[in-house]
Amino acid sequence: MADVALRNAHKTYAGNVEAIKGISLAVGDGQLCVLVGPSGCGKSTLLRMVAGLETVTSGEIEIGGRIVNEIEPADRDIAMVFQNYALYPHMSVYNNMAYGLRNRGVAKPEIDSRVREAAQILEIGSLLDRKPKQLSGGQRQRVAMGRAIVRQPKVFLFDEPLSNLDAKLRIAMRVEIRRLQRRLKTTSLYVTHDQLEAMTLADVLVVMNGGLVEQVGNPLEIYRKPATTFVASFIGAPPMNLIPLQGDDANLAGAGGQAGILGVRPEDLALSDQPAPAGGVALELTVEAIERVGAETYVYGIRSRPAGARTASSGPGEPPPGEILVRIPGQGGPSVGERVRAVAVQDKLHLFSACGRKRLDS
Amino acid sequence: MIERQKFGNLIPHVVLCIGVLIVAFPVYLAFVATTQDTATIANGQMSLLPGDHFLETFYRTLFIGSSGTTREPVFVMLFNSFVMAMLIAVGKIAISIISAYAVVYFRFRFRMTIFWLIFITLMLPVEVRIYPTYKIAADLHLLDSYAGLTLPLIASATATLLFRQFFMTVPDELLEASRIDGAGPFRFFKDTLLPLSRTNMAALFVILFILGWNQYLWPLLITTRDDMQTIQIGIRKMIVTSDALTEWPVVMATAVLAMLPPVFIVVVMQKLFVRGLVETEK
Repeated sequence: MADVALRNAHKTYAGNVEAIKGISLAVGDGQLCVLVGPSGCGKSTLLRMVAGLETVTSGEIEIGGRIVNEIEPADRDIAMVFQNYALYPHMSVYNNMAYGLRNRGVAKPEIDSRVREAAQILEIGSLLDRKPKQLSGGQRQRVAMGRAIVRQPKVFLFDEPLSNLDAKLRIAMRVEIRRLQRRLKTTSLYVTHDQLEAMTLADVLVVMNGGLVEQVGNPLEIYRKPATTFVASFIGAPPMNLIPLQGDDANLAGAGGQAGILGVRPEDLALSDQPAPAGGVALELTVEAIERVGAETYVYGIRSRPAGARTASSGPGEPPPGEILVRIPGQGGPSVGERVRAVAVQDKLHLFSACGRKRLDS
Repeated sequence: MIERQKFGNLIPHVVLCIGVLIVAFPVYLAFVATTQDTATIANGQMSLLPGDHFLETFYRTLFIGSSGTTREPVFVMLFNSFVMAMLIAVGKIAISIISAYAVVYFRFRFRMTIFWLIFITLMLPVEVRIYPTYKIAADLHLLDSYAGLTLPLIASATATLLFRQFFMTVPDELLEASRIDGAGPFRFFKDTLLPLSRTNMAALFVILFILGWNQYLWPLLITTRDDMQTIQIGIRKMIVTSDALTEWPVVMATAVLAMLPPVFIVVVMQKLFVRGLVETEK
């Protein structure tokens, strides 16, 4: 049992590519900390630095009160679960799990009891004699976790462990990892790009972007009060609507007439005939598309803009400027081409500075 | 060739059979020659059916040797050839897998230079460098020894490249998992890379064993004593006789015996050999 602390950790690759631009982070004993961010944000690099597979350019990494910068991965008392599992293909499941213990000179009976215990926890007791090739993806995943568990390390490191599984299995394993981590109470770092995984697993959620931490906190707290527009659009699915405010935007009077970016989550918008509630907003939309997924319906609308309004261009993958997504329960809703009004109450609004780096309301 | 016609398989079958006959007939002829006596063959009246001197010829070949020309029985030559082929095959695999490991997994100065040096030696077969190699072997007193027969042939750029290519396909995560599991460089090599290379090694062994077995020029130079010569040299010495009748049954028996070990190796290792060429166990 140990806590993990990073102090101003930097990683610069050859050729002056800065992957980690100074990250400080503290993960308490027994907590499950999820690092989430888009690909290339440095989350895997950070995890590998904690594992000792990447060197630390500057700063400190501490595991259980010991600075581990110069310590070999094997001596850091960590265990890692890899994205592609990295099972030894020529070894049986039993040997895969026992290998690390043997290398450490653990006594045979002790190895045996630990492997069997882990196998029992993960329900892979009947597979111990098989080779990884003879296992399904989910079973391999379990073996990879088993290999980590038998080590009884201070820290578990998960590097996108579920991304090679199909959707259904991924959810099942997600629940299982959560349950297992609770049971073993081992401090864990978990890297994922899937915000749903991040939200459901994390005690502490770390949202990363471009080698920096955008926000650290309880997942729901981050959902309720994203610190930057990046976090706002990354956490929560579908992503938050972000509306750049222009000085005289009459429709958004409720926002207080400040310059900046107004954010409102699709689920916080409701279709209504009523004018905007006090302090809230009302958005006049022309319905562009409807997606009905059964339990809920997504309404894509384009804001009817005042004539002459500047149209900002959008980057690849971003919604076109002025597009607003409204999530309404059930299967009803307007039809394409209709003009509707979406309203949101004041305390569901998020206000960011114009650059998106700062939250203005509290 | 997916569609099935009534006689669709017949023509390929016939062609293959003809091919087999063309290849097999000389071998059969060699075998038949071993069962005749020397005089019958020498006067050109050899029958196409086996005669009755089979046991006598093979006994003479293996344990006595042909009269006059080679003073050693073929048994000794077989042994020499076998030792040489074995040492070359095993030595080449051992050295090349270790050097490939160094080139792929270790970052040291001039790593790529060394890799290219190895690569360039591909262009220098034994024949090209035979004089300097002979000179070095002679200076080191390696003439007429197993070391002299094998050491100069043991470095192999081809095998090093083959293992290098294979190692490059082994996922990095395996190395990282090993590091976390507390396996150092030697353990990783022994516990992970060697078992994974098993089929590759088997395929390479077959090829290299046959290569070593068929060496002619190098043993011809490096051995002078009769008790060190290999079977390939022995056959040639038996044929060239100036003042005596060539003992064709013995020559043919030697040829047949020379064929057996490679055939045996291929048959035994066939399964692994094919697997090593077509699949990688990852």
